[in-house]
Amino acid sequence: MTTFETVIGLEVHLQLKTKTKIFCGCLNEFGSAPNTNVCPVCLGLPGTLPVLNRRVLEYGMKVGLALNCSINSFVKFDRKNYFYPDLPKGYQISQFDFPIAKLGFLDILVDGKEKRIGITRAHLEEDAGKLIHDTVNACTLVDYNRTGTPLIEIVSEPDLRSSQEAYDYLTGLKLILSYLNVSDCDMEKGSLRCDANVSIRPLGQIKLGTKAELKNLNSFSAVKRAIDFEVARQTTVILSGGSIVQETLLWDEAKGRTVSMRSKEQAHDYRYFPEPDLVPFIIKSDVIENMRQSLPELPQAKLSRFVSAYKLSTYDAGILIQDQSLADFFETCAKSYPDTKKIANWINGPILKEMNERKLGLTQLHLSPLNLVKLITRVEDGTISNIAAKDLLSDIVLTAKDADVLIAEKGIAQVSDDAALEKIVDELLAQNQKTVQEILSGKTTALGFLVGQAMKKTQGKANPKKLNDIFTRRLHHA
Amino acid sequence: MTSDANIISFKKRDEMITRETVNYISGLAKLHINEVQAQKFAGDLEAILHYVEKLNSLDVSQVKPTSHVLDMENVFRDDTVKPSLSQEQALAFSVEKLNGAYKVPKVIE
Amino acid sequence: MNLFDLTANEILKKIQCSELKPSALKAAIIERNSLVNPKTNAFIRTPDAVTILNTDGDVLPVGIKDNICIKGHLTTCGSRILDGFRPPYDACVVEKLRGAGNVIFGGLNMDEFAFGSSCETSFYGPSRNPWDLSRVPGGSSGGSAAAVAAGQVVWALGSDTGGSIRQPASFCGIVGLKPTYGRVSRYGLIAFGSSLDQIGPLTKDVTDCALLLNVIGGFDPRDSTSMDVAVPDYTQALTKDVKGLRIGIPKEYFIDGIQPEVLTAVNKAIEVLKGQGALIVPLSLPHTEYAVATYYIVATAEASSNLARFDGVEFGLRAMPSVPRKSSLLDMYEETRAQGFGNEAKRRIMLGTYVLSSGYYEAYYLRAQKVRTLIKQDFDKAFNECDVIISPTSPTTSFKIGEKMDDPIAMYLSDIFTIPANLAGIPAISIPCGFDSASLPIGLQFMAKPFAEETVLRAAYAYEQATPWHERRAVL
Repeated sequence: MTTFETVIGLEVHLQLKTKTKIFCGCLNEFGSAPNTNVCPVCLGLPGTLPVLNRRVLEYGMKVGLALNCSINSFVKFDRKNYFYPDLPKGYQISQFDFPIAKLGFLDILVDGKEKRIGITRAHLEEDAGKLIHDTVNACTLVDYNRTGTPLIEIVSEPDLRSSQEAYDYLTGLKLILSYLNVSDCDMEKGSLRCDANVSIRPLGQIKLGTKAELKNLNSFSAVKRAIDFEVARQTTVILSGGSIVQETLLWDEAKGRTVSMRSKEQAHDYRYFPEPDLVPFIIKSDVIENMRQSLPELPQAKLSRFVSAYKLSTYDAGILIQDQSLADFFETCAKSYPDTKKIANWINGPILKEMNERKLGLTQLHLSPLNLVKLITRVEDGTISNIAAKDLLSDIVLTAKDADVLIAEKGIAQVSDDAALEKIVDELLAQNQKTVQEILSGKTTALGFLVGQAMKKTQGKANPKKLNDIFTRRLHHA
Repeated sequence: MTSDANIISFKKRDEMITRETVNYISGLAKLHINEVQAQKFAGDLEAILHYVEKLNSLDVSQVKPTSHVLDMENVFRDDTVKPSLSQEQALAFSVEKLNGAYKVPKVIE
Repeated sequence: MNLFDLTANEILKKIQCSELKPSALKAAIIERNSLVNPKTNAFIRTPDAVTILNTDGDVLPVGIKDNICIKGHLTTCGSRILDGFRPPYDACVVEKLRGAGNVIFGGLNMDEFAFGSSCETSFYGPSRNPWDLSRVPGGSSGGSAAAVAAGQVVWALGSDTGGSIRQPASFCGIVGLKPTYGRVSRYGLIAFGSSLDQIGPLTKDVTDCALLLNVIGGFDPRDSTSMDVAVPDYTQALTKDVKGLRIGIPKEYFIDGIQPEVLTAVNKAIEVLKGQGALIVPLSLPHTEYAVATYYIVATAEASSNLARFDGVEFGLRAMPSVPRKSSLLDMYEETRAQGFGNEAKRRIMLGTYVLSSGYYEAYYLRAQKVRTLIKQDFDKAFNECDVIISPTSPTTSFKIGEKMDDPIAMYLSDIFTIPANLAGIPAISIPCGFDSASLPIGLQFMAKPFAEETVLRAAYAYEQATPWHERRAVL
């Protein structure tokens, strides 16, 4: 039986979070009342003209540089002509032959080894409006608020060989993009969107198979599922003697299958030509260099640094760098507390748990790095137990209260006073002679029972380590 | 002014403008045209394209295209907010509106 | 002299010394319109007190071609597809006129979307030439030229993509200037060929032309192709002094096929300038014969895209076929555009779509852009040898209504001498230089290098002041 190889290329559209739209001064904002962030320019009214938002070009350069692309020194815009109600001018201003960036790459891990995925190009363009299908009135409603939102489209080479690679590429790409702080990268709000070009070919064949373009992929896992479905479909078609038709398919998440889109346009003949209303943009090499210098530290570099500078495991560092705010938080803590492993454990454990349970970002929790360090220190010096500290964390993230203040308020400082604890231990030893005998005859696990009783007597405030010590000492000297 | 090499490299328009071409173009341009108009446009386009073929006698292999007649570059606006239209103003000139939006025939059949 | 015959310059002087009241002028102009607009059809809708826009202190009635947006005012481009459209904003030039004492008269007739050289393709019927009502006023700014020539406005704005200001100015015996590309903001001008379009003045004489250019010229941050070059006081160029001015005579503009009376008048004009001390420099613009072909590819390609927004979705006309043919969306697009556009607009949209379509882009559009470079280089070289180039504006005087409607190429060729200036982006003016045996005006064109409007105005003014043509008025 023929073995097939999967070939995938991804097109990622990213909305850039500039203050205003790409060609006019309307607010670039999600969620406003329909047709309120619009003006004659983005409505495409006759006689209006586009003027490029300076920041869009800057953001485009950032994205290009972060993806190891070369930045074109000559950049221009072109018109892509087609009719659709979400496109008020009847053409989209995009970039055809001189995009902002080209020829980059992104490395992903495949079976523990780095694999380089080529990035063909990244180009700037304007987003279209939103169509609302009104089934009650059997019509379509058009909201142009989104029209003119700046987009960058990142096109990968067909270098991906499985849905997992596609998933990992997207995850890696999103992480880099989130570091640049040029987009919300939020698939739910549509600020990050992905189309997948999928084909299969007999293993060993050089020529690419006929591809299908998958659209309506609303999450990375949907991308994965849709590709798996499509690969299976194409394999079945070919194995049963059929051939693949080049077409656009919509992913139906609920039904878990792709649906053929009825062709809206007789052919994709976009009649690109240079946009006469915008002049070319010349980007000098020193401008590119300055931009390169101003890029933030990117995830891969941060990972390496965390491993080497803080002696973290790749696993721990890998979790920290998934979220820039976690990484920054970690570094601030590390300045005032030497045990970086312990900090990482706290962040990657209880703090992430708080974030996930509350569905909040780190910056939305009322936790300062100093307060966390204080909390860790109080566990270490025996003031509170580890369990009590985790409970305290839940209070801190809500109230922003200082750890020491909370410890005092709640009266949960551990009893470490030797005399008090020794008294309790002696009482318990006297009351539980049977257990003492068991321990002395070798059943050391019974010690846990005694410690538990002691904790009960102190309402959990006793330092369990200390209790353990005292019990052991007393039993051995009995 | 002419260069044989260039004439050869130029894709010669060997066919007349056919009805199929007219239909393809009117489809792209979203213009409904009837049989009579299609005949007329085929003839007109043929005549005009025949006329513009005179450009083929020029050697332009070493010539850069002009998209912008004056040397201009790097014209930007700053990322500052300008007032938008109100919803009422935005829909004042609409053909049809509903619930604050422009209303069109249903897009998905 | 009638009030409506006065130039803007004369009016301003009379008002300054209280010989004339603005209200009297406005009344005279309104009366003139009610009398002659039915004859000329220069305005799509005869202006009346309701449609005229002015505030206290505004004096000069200015006519606006119907492709320049006026806030809240019907702006239709002479097309059915924009019937009833009222833009929610003012074009840059309209803002400037409002701030400079002009009373805005909107709705001057034009070829549909400026597609034409005769003003016959307007959905609202042809305009007529005030010198002979059976003839065309030229186009596409035919309404603007006819209105100025007929005293329906003091001056007017038109737009010029391939001669649309200069050729009608020539046909109607007035002055028309196409400024350098980028001199006047295109913001609010409904685009035809975006890389060629410029707004410019149509006036009774050269002085008014300089005055109006002073008002409308200048940088506009809303137009990326508007140039940040200072606007001089153009009236300073009106010195009558052309001594030593090098006037280029391009042999390709003095060819067989030009109406003999036109050639004679232009040659006489050259003699007049020579007599005033100008130096005559014979020269060649070798790629002139390719200009019309180049233009019809570049302009229609841009137009096919610019006109895509007229699709029935947002504004203007929406039509559905009586019997459904395709999906309701496609039916709306195709029927709206079928009913909304006239034949010439359809022809140009089809041509422009064709030259951009897959497989033809390089053969047509890209090649035309390259030939455009050659045409521009012709001018660059010529302006090393001369300061200003002289030529006829049009090969003929005005033709009969209907005469060229069925022959698109013959119509396109009537722009043969005006198109090159648009392709090269340079300023060019047409001024009257005589009349033919049928008493129809003849136009003379001056062209200069980019942003040398002062040079064309200087040459034009010196010639004008030495000849009587600008004083003649059409009798209606």
